[in-house]
Amino acid sequence: MNALTLWFHKTGSPPTAYRLAGRIMPWCYGLGLVLGLVALYGGLVLAPRDYQQGDAYRIIFIHVPCAWMSLFAYFFMAANAFIALVWRIKLSEVLAMAAAPIGAAFTFITLVTGSIWGKPMWGTWWTWDARLTSELVLLFLYLGVIGLHAAIEDRRQAARAAGFLALIGIVNIPIVHFSVNWWNTLHQGSTVRLMGPSKIDASMIWPLLLMALATHVWFFGSVLARTRIGLLELDGGKDWVRAIALDDDKEAHA
Amino acid sequence: MRSGSTAAACAALVRRDLTLVWRRRGDAANPILFALIVVALFPLALGPEPEQLRRIAAGVVFVAILLAGLLALDTLFRSDYEDGSLEQLVLSPHPLSLLLACKIAVHWFTTALPLIIVSPLLGELLHLAEPLRGLLPLALLLATPLLSLLGAVCVALTVGMYRSGMLLALLVLPLYVPVLIFGAGACNAAQAGLPFAAPLLWLGAALVLALVLAPLACAAALRISLS
Amino acid sequence: MNDFLAMGGYGAYVWSAYAVFFVVLALEALAPRATRRRVLADLRGRLKRRDARNEASA
Repeated sequence: MNALTLWFHKTGSPPTAYRLAGRIMPWCYGLGLVLGLVALYGGLVLAPRDYQQGDAYRIIFIHVPCAWMSLFAYFFMAANAFIALVWRIKLSEVLAMAAAPIGAAFTFITLVTGSIWGKPMWGTWWTWDARLTSELVLLFLYLGVIGLHAAIEDRRQAARAAGFLALIGIVNIPIVHFSVNWWNTLHQGSTVRLMGPSKIDASMIWPLLLMALATHVWFFGSVLARTRIGLLELDGGKDWVRAIALDDDKEAHA
Repeated sequence: MRSGSTAAACAALVRRDLTLVWRRRGDAANPILFALIVVALFPLALGPEPEQLRRIAAGVVFVAILLAGLLALDTLFRSDYEDGSLEQLVLSPHPLSLLLACKIAVHWFTTALPLIIVSPLLGELLHLAEPLRGLLPLALLLATPLLSLLGAVCVALTVGMYRSGMLLALLVLPLYVPVLIFGAGACNAAQAGLPFAAPLLWLGAALVLALVLAPLACAAALRISLS
Repeated sequence: MNDFLAMGGYGAYVWSAYAVFFVVLALEALAPRATRRRVLADLRGRLKRRDARNEASA
């Protein structure tokens, strides 16, 4: 076994991964919070008013990063599910399932903020716009993965089945996007371009990118937090988990 | 122990599944009845004006048949799982994907094909436009095998569960969205006088792809849920 | 300050969107904490039951 695979197996072992995740997690959360606040200041205060949409466009600073995250989280989940199914690495199973609820949360935020943004711009809370519809299907895909994972008793089998579903979904996403676009051209009338290829000012673009960075870092913090729990559940009977459980009890009573 | 040829195994499986369906032939009418009820609800909800019904006819028939197929999906592996023959299938020396393809084919033949046959009647109930009378069954002929194949993969993932109805719908519907869009879209395009060959060709291409890949995916999913 | 809160007349939309963003992400960050407590309590319960069984059989 060469040094790389040795390192991989060592960090992939649940107790080591648990400790490592615990050390990195607070930094991710902290950095995400700081970057996010700076981006918010830039977006809400420093960025100038849009000449077409007025101040309503400021929803973009959360809507678009969350939309990016909803896809990124799905790719992250599917990539880990692939690794888990092919090489049967436990840590990847846990990582994939940790990403699902976070991705669903970002998808939900995208839908709700998109609909809130649509009200003043389109005059309606919901239009069957191609991107909104795709995002809705994406939310269903997430909910399917989470539901399947929750419905199966055995944790490893649950992760493998839900991971398989995530892989089917990754094939489905571009097909849905393509079909919804075609469908939208068939039913002309509800297509409203929210953002054309218009030039966006630099003072608007940096808070957007910074917010995207912040949500990515935050995502990894949350993935690590959920991974730690997944590892505890997976290794329920082992000694290292027992030690953590008893320590936790002492802290609670101290 | 010597095992027979794969072709013989597939033939035996098809014969067995057909016999089982024949013994419970009363149940075979259920999807048709369900689709008929769903279609009958629309005039009751929207009013009987033929113009209005004609506009939505193709889409409603498509959705009704999709939902009927969704209800019928549960029976694909249910009884085989309960009497243990599904595990026999997984353990057999023949390629599991091929055996599953046979099972899915029989299932499609006994649940979806009758629906396609009654689809002109369903269309007539909603005053389906004249030019769509041939196109709707054709679109269904391309779409329903695709629905069965995609559905089978999801059923295989939920096979061991007691109450999988709602979960199954949640897993299956996102996969059904493109099929519905192209199938019903072809009818709507024809009704609007637009060219409708492209969505049908897309459905055909997807069907060919699914015919090859879905049984493999179904076998992999079944191995996961029975492990 | 009032100008800032009004957001050029779009205040209700902008601030409710931001509120959704913060509330959902806060819940999303707090959820693992609650789950962790539940999982560990579960584990302790299982350990206790096992110890009790071992003592009874000893």
